[in-house]
Amino acid sequence: MSSTSSNGIGSGVIKWIDYRLPIFTMMNKELNEYPTPRNLTYMWNFGSLAGIALVIMIVTGILLAMQYTAHVDMAFDSVERIMRDVNYGWLIRYIHMNGASFFFIVVYIHIFRGLYYGSYKAPREILWALGVIILLLMMATAFMGYVLPWGQMSFWGATVITNLFSAIPWGIGDAIVAWLWGGFAVDNPTLVRFYALHYLLPFVIAAVAVLHMWALHRFGSNNPLGIDAKGPQDKISFHPYYTTKDLFGFGVFFIFFAAFIFYAPNYMGHPDNYIEANPLVTPPHIVPEWYFLPFYAILRAITFDISIPFTGIVLIDAKLGGVIAMFASIAVLFVLPWLDSSPVRSGRFRPYFKWFFWIFVIDCLVLGYIGAMPAESPYTEIGQVATAWYFLHFLVILPLLSRLERPMPLPASISEPVLGGGGMAAAPARSPEGASGVSTEQSPETMR
Amino acid sequence: MAEATNPPRGDVDEGKRDFIYLLGGAAGVVGVGIVAWPLIDSLNPSADVLALASIEVDVSPIEVGQAITVTWRGKPVFIRHRTVEEISEAEVVPMDVLRDPQTDEERRIKAEYLVMVGVCTHLGCIPSGQKVGEEKGEYGGWFCPCHGSHYDTSGRIRKGPAPTNLVVPPYEFIQDTVVQIG
Repeated sequence: MSSTSSNGIGSGVIKWIDYRLPIFTMMNKELNEYPTPRNLTYMWNFGSLAGIALVIMIVTGILLAMQYTAHVDMAFDSVERIMRDVNYGWLIRYIHMNGASFFFIVVYIHIFRGLYYGSYKAPREILWALGVIILLLMMATAFMGYVLPWGQMSFWGATVITNLFSAIPWGIGDAIVAWLWGGFAVDNPTLVRFYALHYLLPFVIAAVAVLHMWALHRFGSNNPLGIDAKGPQDKISFHPYYTTKDLFGFGVFFIFFAAFIFYAPNYMGHPDNYIEANPLVTPPHIVPEWYFLPFYAILRAITFDISIPFTGIVLIDAKLGGVIAMFASIAVLFVLPWLDSSPVRSGRFRPYFKWFFWIFVIDCLVLGYIGAMPAESPYTEIGQVATAWYFLHFLVILPLLSRLERPMPLPASISEPVLGGGGMAAAPARSPEGASGVSTEQSPETMR
Repeated sequence: MAEATNPPRGDVDEGKRDFIYLLGGAAGVVGVGIVAWPLIDSLNPSADVLALASIEVDVSPIEVGQAITVTWRGKPVFIRHRTVEEISEAEVVPMDVLRDPQTDEERRIKAEYLVMVGVCTHLGCIPSGQKVGEEKGEYGGWFCPCHGSHYDTSGRIRKGPAPTNLVVPPYEFIQDTVVQIG
């Protein structure tokens, strides 16, 4: 259990391999010695939790793929066969089903943690953007996976979501939709290609996650104070401190996960999806899975055409407007690092940002609630207000706040509040940060 | 910056710590095992596959000297209604000439109906000799065309590379002329 130092990895065979492929040196550097801010809270567990969730999804998914039949006449029955006849098939499918929800829960908490502590700010913009790409890939993967059981919700969800593209005008949209379907409706070609992509995309996610971690390890984790480490005294090695903490997080996660798998496996699903797909009958109330609800609410919030005033010339009709708004709600995340130009990362030291952050969280929850409600008054109006606030938060409030807000003074170093002032090694004395709270950027903490 | 300042280890009771490592490691191994088993077991034959694992065959239409082939667990099963000559021929073979010594009595329930898995015990080909006019080999039973194994009228290996006799599946006569295989 003693930590090996990077210049003396193992012996014999290990050394021989490591000289030719320095994988042991790399693992030692990135998973063992890797200096990590000593003040990370449990909010920093959700990255590793997302990782384990991805692994669980891939493992159970591969096993399910070995039992599943991607054909409109057999898909539904093959899933029922998994539930009834395959040894532990029910368990593997329930893990996979609920795993999707838990993956999103974990990732959403991970994202909001990043939003609160300014983890998207320089020099972590690429890290953040890669995370947004992972989110998009997850959404595509989850959507296509939901189609595979070929229940009523599968079929009509697929119909509705693919029809989003028909909003593109001048006939382009219809051509795209026919291309997506491989026909003139969601049918066998659609199911088979969704199956192929559903199998492919998780590995793309894994690859982007590697880039995500690569970018992360370039500068190391952000931390609850949002200030850079001033020296070795601000960091502790990843192992054993954060390996044990991450493992403990896994344990807690598995308790919640198992509770759903064994006691409420269908709580987050829709009963209608246990009815086989019927292209001639739409269920009365089409709702996406819960993790898409806020975006669904944004899609439905645009119920009005956008036209040139007093001319009646429609620029963007309501259908296209909704689709644009929905995609924009994700796209805006890509430019977030430049919308929020405050140099103070952590919301702890931003007295107003803090409040707007929580209002934004509530706004997202409201959007989620509205997404589950039927498209009628007053839900539509509430959804429109919430949608407006969503974009106001990013496009107006954050840019204004970062100019107008006066942040609280930042602590001199990470170890100062942790170790109660002096600490073990005297932190390099820093002149108190200016009123603007600008933390002087350290030279990049390169890995090498 | 590739360094970190870890807290001083202080007075560490190494014995206690080793105990915790072992306990934690053992719990982890057990936990992973418990999770791994359902995943591995899911690849074993499923209930619907096992449900098709036994079949019933009415052997009364098979004339003396005829044979039929039925499918059982994805494999051919030979059922031959043997002639009196074939039976006596099989019964008189001395044990010491057999590679895999078995009496004909050990390989049958009713003398006239021989039931065997029709898969050559060498490398899995299907021997010929079921249909009229097919090559039956030097011993009048079956002949595997792949590598030239000869089986006698009891399905015992007599010549060629196969190591053992044709396998007799578990079966019983549930009626006088109805066989349940599996």
